[in-house]
Amino acid sequence: MATIRIPPVLRASVGGEREVTAEGETVEAVLRSLIAAHPDTEAQLFGSDGDLNRYVNVYLNDEDVRVLDGLKTAVADSDSLVILPAMAGGR
Amino acid sequence: MSPSGAEFLKQIKSDISEVDPSDVVPLVNNGVAIVDVRETEEVAAGKLPGAKHIPRGFLESRIESVAPDRSQRVILYCASGNRSAFAANTLVRDMGYERVESMTGGFTLWKDRGYETETPFAFTSEQRQRYSRHFLLPEVGEEGQRKLLEAKVLLLGAGGLGAPTALYLAAAGVGTLGIVDDDVVDVSNLQRQVIHRTDTIGLPKVDSAEQAINALNPGVDVVKHQTRLDASNIMSIIEGYDIIVDGVDNFPTRYLLNDASVRLKIPVVSAAILGFEGQLSVFAPYDGPCYRCLFRVPPPAELAPSCGANGVLGVLPGTMGLLQATEVLKLIMGAGTPLIGRLLMYDALDASTSEVKVRRDPECPICSREPGEISDEEMGDFPDYDAFCAAAG
Repeated sequence: MATIRIPPVLRASVGGEREVTAEGETVEAVLRSLIAAHPDTEAQLFGSDGDLNRYVNVYLNDEDVRVLDGLKTAVADSDSLVILPAMAGGR
Repeated sequence: MSPSGAEFLKQIKSDISEVDPSDVVPLVNNGVAIVDVRETEEVAAGKLPGAKHIPRGFLESRIESVAPDRSQRVILYCASGNRSAFAANTLVRDMGYERVESMTGGFTLWKDRGYETETPFAFTSEQRQRYSRHFLLPEVGEEGQRKLLEAKVLLLGAGGLGAPTALYLAAAGVGTLGIVDDDVVDVSNLQRQVIHRTDTIGLPKVDSAEQAINALNPGVDVVKHQTRLDASNIMSIIEGYDIIVDGVDNFPTRYLLNDASVRLKIPVVSAAILGFEGQLSVFAPYDGPCYRCLFRVPPPAELAPSCGANGVLGVLPGTMGLLQATEVLKLIMGAGTPLIGRLLMYDALDASTSEVKVRRDPECPICSREPGEISDEEMGDFPDYDAFCAAAG
């Protein structure tokens, strides 16, 4: 199972976890497994068109999946996904 | 019988290669390592343009910072050509340099012939003591310190991130620090904004910060911009600064700053913090991605915890702010590998860092175009800020 790093802004949707694991052989399948386990994450990850929201970046290990094969990018069990929404706190 | 000093010098000069100043003229600022081995006081009165200064006593320990390759051409000079002859002998005989020459007649002959000279930046004795630990680092040295003293850095915000960044940049000797902040010091700031003090509560943050900076380093010129950055003032405020430190607390200003800084080609050292976590990256226009390459659009208001007060561990902006300050110093000095095209994430609770790659987006709405093509109307194109935050509840 791949590991997914959950950013602070999404943690409330996954019961406060900072890292979860999810099944799937592609980025999309892993994210869909995450949503199946934690339905509140769906609106934050995917737009109504079924594509990743443009304000969320997903990295496979350290590479943006948009540079790879997007949601179809293959994921191995040893891989980790990083979900990265923009942050702006500075004060 | 041991040779006299004069005999020894004669022997050395017959062993090494010498070069006439007229043959050095075309090599100035032309990729050849020209090294001035005189003492600091002598160099203060003038030196060859572009020559690196390594006092002869430090030659062996510092030459590699100027000439890392043993086969590259190195020209040494002193006042008259004697000390540089000894120095050349050392580099060739003891350190294996292959193409070292000593300039005959030294700086005296060079100057007598009317060739071009430059007067190096003159440090005061107070500056020599204050920055002595910098002078000891080959990566900083006199040249790096001069760059720091001549640098102009703009801090957006004298808050959580700006406070530690400003203090350390001031301590390091960054000559001009601009601060943009329209806020006043509140007691709730003091858990993390270490540039302010209990007795400056109620003062404008730019004034409180100026007091602390000048108490630490009176040589720093503080330029106060007691205002909120917006589309009408951003170009006039940021123009002329070498580097911008972004620690702003809201998305509209981050996008506005990005677009303006790309237009003016000013690098931005950017950090963001929330709770126990921080992000850091350097956006160098056209050398690397910009903020819009990383995040094309801001998140919707309900997913943007930037409008109201959020919890943050007091020390976290210190950690991230000092990483920002480090990147600023590196950019100014041209040292090391800057965090361009990379985003560093720090998780304080886990005591871990991780990094992802940030690519230039060939379709970036801003930096895929030339600066002159970005219009005023497009800059900071973003939903109205008040409406944005009101929607967040």
